[in-house]
Amino acid sequence: MLRLHYNLEKLSMGLVAAIIVAASIGGIVEIAPLFTIDKTVTIPDDMRQHTPLELAGREIFLREGCYACHSQMVRHLADEIDRYGPYSLAEESAYDHPMLWGSKRTGPDIARLGGKYSDDWHVAHLIDPRAVVPASIMPAYPWLTAPLDIETLSTQLATLARLGVPYTEAMIAGAAHDALAQSRPDSDGAADVAARYGEGVAIRAFDGDPARLTEMDALVAYLQSLGTLTAAARETVGQEMAK
Amino acid sequence: MIRSLSLTERQLALTLSVGLTVLGLAMAAAARQGPMAVHGGMAMALGIVLVFAVGGALYDPDVTADRAGRYYDDPTRFGIIMSLIWAMIGMGVGVWVAALLYWPEATPLWPWTGFGRLRPVHTTGVIFGFGGNALIATSFHVLQRTSRARLADAVSPWVVLIGFNLFCVWAVSGYLMGSTQSKEYAEAEWYADLWLVVVWLLYFALYLRTLARRNEPHIYVANWYYLAFILVVAMLHIVNNLALPVSLGSTKSFTIWAGVQDAMVQWWYGHNAVAFFLTAGFLGMLYYFLPVRSGRPIWSYRLSIVSFWGITFFYIWVGSHHLHYTALPYWVQTLGMTFSVMLLVPSWASAGNAIATLNGAWHKVRDDATLRFMFVAAVFYGLSTFEGSFLAIRPVNSLSHYTDWTVGHVHSGTLGWVAMIIFGAIYTLVPQLSGRERMAWPRAVEWHFWLAVTGTLIYVVSMWNAGITQGLMWRAYDQNGALSYSFIESVQAMAPYYLLRAIGGALFLSGAILCTLNTRATMRAAPEGAVAGDRPLTPQPAE
Repeated sequence: MLRLHYNLEKLSMGLVAAIIVAASIGGIVEIAPLFTIDKTVTIPDDMRQHTPLELAGREIFLREGCYACHSQMVRHLADEIDRYGPYSLAEESAYDHPMLWGSKRTGPDIARLGGKYSDDWHVAHLIDPRAVVPASIMPAYPWLTAPLDIETLSTQLATLARLGVPYTEAMIAGAAHDALAQSRPDSDGAADVAARYGEGVAIRAFDGDPARLTEMDALVAYLQSLGTLTAAARETVGQEMAK
Repeated sequence: MIRSLSLTERQLALTLSVGLTVLGLAMAAAARQGPMAVHGGMAMALGIVLVFAVGGALYDPDVTADRAGRYYDDPTRFGIIMSLIWAMIGMGVGVWVAALLYWPEATPLWPWTGFGRLRPVHTTGVIFGFGGNALIATSFHVLQRTSRARLADAVSPWVVLIGFNLFCVWAVSGYLMGSTQSKEYAEAEWYADLWLVVVWLLYFALYLRTLARRNEPHIYVANWYYLAFILVVAMLHIVNNLALPVSLGSTKSFTIWAGVQDAMVQWWYGHNAVAFFLTAGFLGMLYYFLPVRSGRPIWSYRLSIVSFWGITFFYIWVGSHHLHYTALPYWVQTLGMTFSVMLLVPSWASAGNAIATLNGAWHKVRDDATLRFMFVAAVFYGLSTFEGSFLAIRPVNSLSHYTDWTVGHVHSGTLGWVAMIIFGAIYTLVPQLSGRERMAWPRAVEWHFWLAVTGTLIYVVSMWNAGITQGLMWRAYDQNGALSYSFIESVQAMAPYYLLRAIGGALFLSGAILCTLNTRATMRAAPEGAVAGDRPLTPQPAE
């Protein structure tokens, strides 16, 4: 064995090949089975995609680096289920490019945030966290009152559709229109949003002002959608409790 | 730097500089607005500066014929300077964001400098900027000495170093402008990732070409580690960053991976960035500079073989320990945990091999702060790999995950091990490259050592306390079966630890500042045309 290595050390390409082989095996064993993910993770019937407005909010969430402090993954541990809600299922993030499970909770997990607080609370909290939670160490985001750029939403949806997220052609073509309509419940387009993305979608002026479409609208719409795209987790945990 | 190039090499460098300018122009034109356009502008500006620098010296006297008989150390010198500049940026931002966690209202109310945007500036700045430049710089030095051969050519080392630093600048400035893939330690957008692939392939080619010219039959162990670092980082980087840009003129892209598969790929990348960027490369550094500085051969050749292949094979499996109790299939979590525990064997074999190498040189460890940096690095390497295996055990992880314990663990590795071995290498290399016996301010090295050790200990101990407190508070129940603490109470409990952490980080940073100033003073005092007095380039006949 030592003799073999003694000779290997004289061959740079031999070392290169051996390193590639040794370093590939583990990754192949652990990642390759996940290519059959379509067969092992079934998408629940009630699962919906993010609306264009929520997707725009998700981009703002990424842009500001919120994921560095807020995870979106409730582990199946008793205290986490008690604190945050039903544990997260694989199918819940099946459409997430990228996933935002996170790695650190400087602030609380937000996988089940949707519906937990009012829109007004979120707006006040994002503009000045310590006005709402005096001991908070979250930074303030007053610039989120800027108007939202909706021009590129169509191409973003189209890109996600190419990666397998079920956005229809009508959704892609109407992306900018739908983003605007979701924050204007009285507009003509509001019914289109509900028709395309389901009755469960929240359609309201998230920042309190239907006249302006702001980044705040998008971010709050996204935060209010967390954990509400499917009821599968609630049902699964409910069934386990019943047993 | 340009004088060390021959006339034809200068012409090639000029062509490449023009190429970079055109590439930057094309990027800016395609994007028209947003971070990608700014980055195109940066590339263009760099290209123009290089065109003028090279063009202005194009017809300076050609290199002398004896150039082939000397090692090529200019790129190493440049890499060390860049590494220290990035240390100032990365560690400075680190201390700043650590302070923001204690004084959140100090955050300026403009978008560029929020915690979330600065955090990847810190991680990219220290890992890629400080660590990456140090790895490339030392690898050029070690490769030439252990092969007794000059670098295979004179232009590609510059392309690698300048290209790599352009990547770092693109990445970091992109985060400030809000451009990020959000994948931890791989936040840079698609075009920067493509650029890094090109740079990295050139680096790999240069490494192999130089190895092919070696005048030693055997490839020294340090080079195995540098090779593993180059190869596996390329593999990880390409697979994790596969993404579909929204359009060719758009900064924005979406990763092709989704959900649970993305999580597995991300942490396969994330943990092996630790393994092959922050461990393998630096073990290469250790295996060369520790024996050189202590004047002792590596204690066991067999142990270095066992630990090298153990690390290369085991590490790849362990990424899934970041995903315990999540929606990742249970068997993958178990595999990750099992291999994480097994990994302790090759890790401790390396650490033990390093410490046993110092046998017979302990008086030097006592007297020489530079060697002490390397000794402490080996000790912290042993400590943090033990801690890593421990934290990967599922029930332990249920407490530690998502808490500051992880942050403490990472910093015991990065401050205690990675940064210490870099400083050890820098203090060995810089005097040698400057033709001097020692650093310009030898006392400052001693000061730096104690600042670094104190800073690391304060940092790590406060984060251990913070993390364990958080983990215990989150899972505490009262007699009625209700959770004892609200989340915000656990945040309030962190205040003293966050303050201590900022102080520990500031001490470490002040040591690094001393190192930078000391390096500057040493390099400035170098006599013109100083060459390192070290191993002869080609084997000398026996006397």
